[in-house]
Amino acid sequence: MSALEVQGVRKSFGKHEVLRGIDLDVAEHEVVCLIGASGSGKSTLLRCVNLLEPIDAGRIVVGGDEISSGRVDVNRVRRRIGIVFQAYNLFPHMSVVRNVTLAPTLALGLPRAKAEEEAARLLERFGLADKRNAYPDNLSGGQQQRVAIVRALAMRPQLMLLDEVTSALDPELVAEVLDVIRELAAGGMTMLIATHEMGFARDIANRVCFLDAGVILEQGPPEQILTVPSEPRTQQFLHRIIEAGRL
Amino acid sequence: MAGGEGRRAVTVALLSTIVFFTLLVVAITHAPGWPEVRRTFFDWGQFKNSLPEISSAFLLNVKMFCIAEAFILVFALMLAVVRSLPGPVFFPLRALGIAYADFFRGVPTILVIALLGFGAPALQLKHVPLSTTFWGIVALILVYTAYVSEVYRAGIESVHPSQDAAARSLGLTHWQSLRKVILPQAVRRVIPPLLNDFIGLQKDTALVGFLGSVEAFKQSQIDAAATFNYTPFVAAALLFVALTIPLARFTDWLVARDRRRRQGVTT
Repeated sequence: MSALEVQGVRKSFGKHEVLRGIDLDVAEHEVVCLIGASGSGKSTLLRCVNLLEPIDAGRIVVGGDEISSGRVDVNRVRRRIGIVFQAYNLFPHMSVVRNVTLAPTLALGLPRAKAEEEAARLLERFGLADKRNAYPDNLSGGQQQRVAIVRALAMRPQLMLLDEVTSALDPELVAEVLDVIRELAAGGMTMLIATHEMGFARDIANRVCFLDAGVILEQGPPEQILTVPSEPRTQQFLHRIIEAGRL
Repeated sequence: MAGGEGRRAVTVALLSTIVFFTLLVVAITHAPGWPEVRRTFFDWGQFKNSLPEISSAFLLNVKMFCIAEAFILVFALMLAVVRSLPGPVFFPLRALGIAYADFFRGVPTILVIALLGFGAPALQLKHVPLSTTFWGIVALILVYTAYVSEVYRAGIESVHPSQDAAARSLGLTHWQSLRKVILPQAVRRVIPPLLNDFIGLQKDTALVGFLGSVEAFKQSQIDAAATFNYTPFVAAALLFVALTIPLARFTDWLVARDRRRRQGVTT
């Protein structure tokens, strides 16, 4: 059974159609990277899968349950899907540990002590144990993004969506965040990752999808898509990436 | 050197302040009508005589302020939350909220006080107090709820939508996100403008004297009328100032403490 099935998904903002019929299957334990120019619809697709944006047409099925029908409890669905944003979006008025335990205590009804125990374990695992009482403003971008990943993991999601999680980081902080994601992949986490880091995509992805103007133009194993793509648009995109020194 | 520059700045500030106020005092005390003004407004004997009575009347202002403020903080927050409800279903509630805020910000406070203070007791309803002070407080609550809800609303709208997106993406409901993520940040940001409205409210408790409640202003009016001397007004003014200044410093301290906690030490 697929962890995620996206079928014919369309989404417009006003007159602008951002997603023009997306079909995508993600198997359990699979890591799929979405690449493509800014505005190609990567972020919108992730936000639609998490029901942060309602879709105009199509179906989204997570773990066998259709979540796009309008009859589902969106809060219940979102607890099964973790999302990490480009700008971290930590809660600045809460300590690191409270950022991590807020949703487990409120949405899952976990006792606070148990949630903190779990949070401590996760923070330890990702090298953030000494930051548990810090506030987000005191952390580096890389640390903030790792906390954001831990915050999503604390809900024990079946599926993680990562939305250009390194794009806002200084170059020297990118590696620590990518290492965390590599560890998640090694642990078997199913992930759908929008990224501009082509080298990272080549390392980690089981499959790479090239999005162009709201459709998946081409997909396949990373070595194929990133080295010998068949579509001219993909070739063009990769040329620009190589010229910018990002591959 | 920063230290030397700092000392010089303090000296300059001190000197210019002294010069400014000396000129001001000289200008006022050399005005042709000064002896008369001094006799009618700054009479030390009158001040001492009227202060005890005005002080005890001022307790009524403090009482009105405290009662009204407690209700205003809660009602205004409710009104602001109602106005921020999303979706077409809540349109009637939002519209009501807007109408309320527009109306009570539009009508002069003294008119609301007069209408309620004279009108409501005239209805002679059972179980409803006839006291003018009661209706004065109700009027202040109605008016200031409208103002303070705008302050809260500005705070809510200043929290970036990505904060709500993050909260909702973790499976929190709209209310949980509002209560734990949006409102705590919103309220922290609006503490200074909130205090501004507190001070306005403290002063406007004097308007209730218009209904006959003997608060500080009314008491000073009575004293002034009895002695043909306006010093009691100065006494009342000083009492109001004495209450607002500590409140202003307290708010500064709150804001600074919050900033320190978020950006300062990590333990």
